Amino acid sequence: MNFSEVFKLSGLLCRVSPDGKYLASCVQYRLIVRDVNNLQILQLYSCLDQIQYIEWSSDSLFILCAMYKRGIVQVWSLEQPDWHCKIDEGSAGLVASCWSPDGRHILNTTEFHLRITVWSLCTKSVSYIKYPKACQHDFLISLTGIAFTKDGRYMALAERRDCKDFISLFVCSDWQLLRHFDTETQDLAGIEWAPNGCVLAVWDTCLEYKILLYSLDGRLLSTYSAYEWSLGIKSVAWSPSSQFLAIGSYDEKVRILNHVTWKKITEFEHPATIANPKIIVYKEVEKCPRVETEILAFPPARVEASSLFSTQSKYDISQIPVSLQCVKPIADRANPRIGIGMLSFSPDNCFLATKNDNIPNAIWIWDVQKLKLFVVLEQLYAVQLFQWDPCQPRLAICTGNSKVYLWSPAGCVSVQVPVEGDFQVLSLCWHSNGDCMALLSKDNFCMCYLEKEEGK
Amino acid sequence: MGDWKTITVPALSSASQTALLNTSEKKMSPSSLNMQQVLHSPLPLCKSPHSFFSAFCTDENVEQSISYLDRELTTLGFPSLYSECNDKELNVTSIINCMNELLVLQRKNLRAQEEVEIQHLKLGSDMDHLQNCYAKVKEQLEASRREIMGLQERDRQQQCKNRNLHQLLKNEKDEVQKLQNIVASRATQYNHDMKRKEREYNKLKERLHQLVMNKKDKKIAMDVLNYVGRVDGKRGAWRTGKTEARNEEEMYKVLLGSYEQRQKQLLVENAELKKVLQQMKKEMISLLPPQKQKPKERAEDGIGPVLSDMEEDAVELNKENMWELSCETVREQLTNSIRKQWRMLKNHVEKLDNQVSRAHSGALNDSDVISREDHELATEKLELEIQQCREMIKTQQQLLQDCYLLEERERLQEEWKLFREQKKNFERERRSFTEAAIRLGLERKAFEEDRGAWLKQQFLSMTSDHKNSEHVKTQSPFSGSSEPDNQLTNFRSRQKKLHCLSSIATSEDLCQTIQHIPHNSNSSAVLSTEKSKPKQ
Repeated sequence: MNFSEVFKLSGLLCRVSPDGKYLASCVQYRLIVRDVNNLQILQLYSCLDQIQYIEWSSDSLFILCAMYKRGIVQVWSLEQPDWHCKIDEGSAGLVASCWSPDGRHILNTTEFHLRITVWSLCTKSVSYIKYPKACQHDFLISLTGIAFTKDGRYMALAERRDCKDFISLFVCSDWQLLRHFDTETQDLAGIEWAPNGCVLAVWDTCLEYKILLYSLDGRLLSTYSAYEWSLGIKSVAWSPSSQFLAIGSYDEKVRILNHVTWKKITEFEHPATIANPKIIVYKEVEKCPRVETEILAFPPARVEASSLFSTQSKYDISQIPVSLQCVKPIADRANPRIGIGMLSFSPDNCFLATKNDNIPNAIWIWDVQKLKLFVVLEQLYAVQLFQWDPCQPRLAICTGNSKVYLWSPAGCVSVQVPVEGDFQVLSLCWHSNGDCMALLSKDNFCMCYLEKEEGK
Repeated sequence: MGDWKTITVPALSSASQTALLNTSEKKMSPSSLNMQQVLHSPLPLCKSPHSFFSAFCTDENVEQSISYLDRELTTLGFPSLYSECNDKELNVTSIINCMNELLVLQRKNLRAQEEVEIQHLKLGSDMDHLQNCYAKVKEQLEASRREIMGLQERDRQQQCKNRNLHQLLKNEKDEVQKLQNIVASRATQYNHDMKRKEREYNKLKERLHQLVMNKKDKKIAMDVLNYVGRVDGKRGAWRTGKTEARNEEEMYKVLLGSYEQRQKQLLVENAELKKVLQQMKKEMISLLPPQKQKPKERAEDGIGPVLSDMEEDAVELNKENMWELSCETVREQLTNSIRKQWRMLKNHVEKLDNQVSRAHSGALNDSDVISREDHELATEKLELEIQQCREMIKTQQQLLQDCYLLEERERLQEEWKLFREQKKNFERERRSFTEAAIRLGLERKAFEEDRGAWLKQQFLSMTSDHKNSEHVKTQSPFSGSSEPDNQLTNFRSRQKKLHCLSSIATSEDLCQTIQHIPHNSNSSAVLSTEKSKPKQ
């Protein structure tokens, strides 16, 4: 594993291009495009204000930079650095901005979610979509209820009119409204397409456990509701083959629905004590570095100092039964930190990684073929983010300290980021070919290159 | 004479008699009946008092009766009836006194008797009363005991109910608590959402206010240097009804595609499962014992005809599955037949288990039970077979390997042959090349000689010509056509001539050396060596 040197970053805005060749990062109002392999600066663009959001177009030719305070979106071209495009929403304000799948239209959500403006980079046309819905789920990035199918052909938009929720389906090629239907939800909280683009999952607010499955042509295929009255759905994930739909809820369980009957096939519980001896529990333990006092120089060299104060850690296999550290949530707060907050399938469809917010230090990895718990990883600090390698069943985890953790069915490893000074890994982002990933902290980022045959 | 005959004096008034009767009638009890009889018997209504009273004393035995009476009276303490001085004389006064005394006594006795009888009756009635009371009390006791039992039972039941109700109450309380918690969390969520909405509303109001007050509105526009081409390079199309219809079609195609794919997957899965089931069925049929003709074994008789049915079914099903029908009836038949087979197999295994247990317990009465020695023999035989099979497999593998080796060897030999042939061909060619080279060398030699001769001639002719004419240009075929070159050519030809003369000799050497050059050289190499030599 090789680490690059550290570069400046602001706002955790570091994105790899879809074709995997470039890396875009933001420092305040500047956008820097680098080559992914040698991290040389290829382009440097300056925007008018501090950038709050960047996104690559699907063909990796353009990058959009959104500045919400000023209500401006600037688009830069990689091929022609002189080309510029500035979209000013003016008094309408801006809260969200994203590309269309063809990479030639930009969808801006104005303030108060009044409307979505579709600006075209090819023609002079502008389209407006009224009454979009604000979907507040904290595990997906977008605030607006927009979902594109994986092949980029269709877009689903959540709307709310007269206190009722609707879904509009658009054809992305000419923005034709294909279907418009109402949903039986109280207050739609989120929508997500299945990877095969034929089924749309729509789920209700957390006050009501209800998930509805609509077919591409707007027919209601099925409804699922596990229980009433208690807080409901917290997170939802489709398996890459569209066979399974995993629903994580506030009752600390994950329910898996199958795509044939849309009925629950199993429930995964997340108890604080693990008693089954077939489950492997990896616990991160600190190992104190041996300090040889004779060799210590005064004042200590910088490198020595960082290695003195940073503790190494490794994974130990805990003996069953294991009891995990529970956190009691504050009872009278809204959106409590209980339930399954993060849910993700591995790209080969074999594993499901979940995080129970009651037990924030642990990640649970489930074997989807056997529908059983496989591995539990217990970290020293609360898990901030985990993400699967896009090509193989390898999970990268960051817990807000200066280490990055990798798990694969062969084993798991804890790697210290060899950086001088403080580098708290708050987020990470895999490259599309799974060879490297970007580790982001509050003010910096660095690239981590993995060897082809990684194993422990 | 000592018998106490209760002879009562008939002088008792009938009033007292009736009184007695009355009193006795009032308290009638079985114990007092005797008494009554006793009472009654000595009190018959005097119908013939004389006959009764004349039974003791007749005219004949007066003296005797008097003496008897006297004796009795004296023993009782009465004065004697006889006078004191004379035994034979009767003392009338004493007789009267005695009689009076006896009457008084009688009355006393009667009264005493009456009293006793009254008391007796009273006691009897008391006893009756007491007995009744006792019986009643006993009944009451029983009743109360039963009541107690009943009450206890009811008490127990009530306690049970109480406990249940307590439990229900607890459950209800728990549920209420849970619901309260839920309500509380929902309330906080609602409040939170409400606050958020209110904040947004306030912001909207402010913005609206701002917009209304603000005269200069920022222009909403897009400023772009130049428009970019579409991804697919084509121009944008107008949106018409046809495109709408096309989009619908596309969408339905996508949906249908996914459904078809899923159906294909399901069909494949179905076919695989059916195959597995068929295999299982066949194996199950093979596991079951063959048809035996034993009238005792009812189960086997049952199996026998069923087996044949099953086999028929199996054949039918196999045929049908070959045509890959997937209709309801085929599916049902398959599952039913598998179930039947499984049941039969289970029965068979159970039977075997029973047989084994029977064999263990020592009852070897059935010849179906395989004895241990037979079993061991069978296992030995099987082991031998396995050994033999293994050896056969080994030998076969070796043979196969040998086969392969032989094949390889033959191939190698063929290749060798080819190689040798090619080698020969190459050698032949080389030889021919060398011969050709030799010939070439010889020809060259001849050519050089000719050239030499020609040059000699030329030279000679030229020297003679030179004397004759200076204007005749001679163009040696070898050099160019210009005059300054002529001089050069002369010089050169002279040199060449000299060289020719020398080269003739050298070419001869060369030819000799050619022969000795190893056979790998090319003819072109030979020629190049030749060329290099004259240039030196």
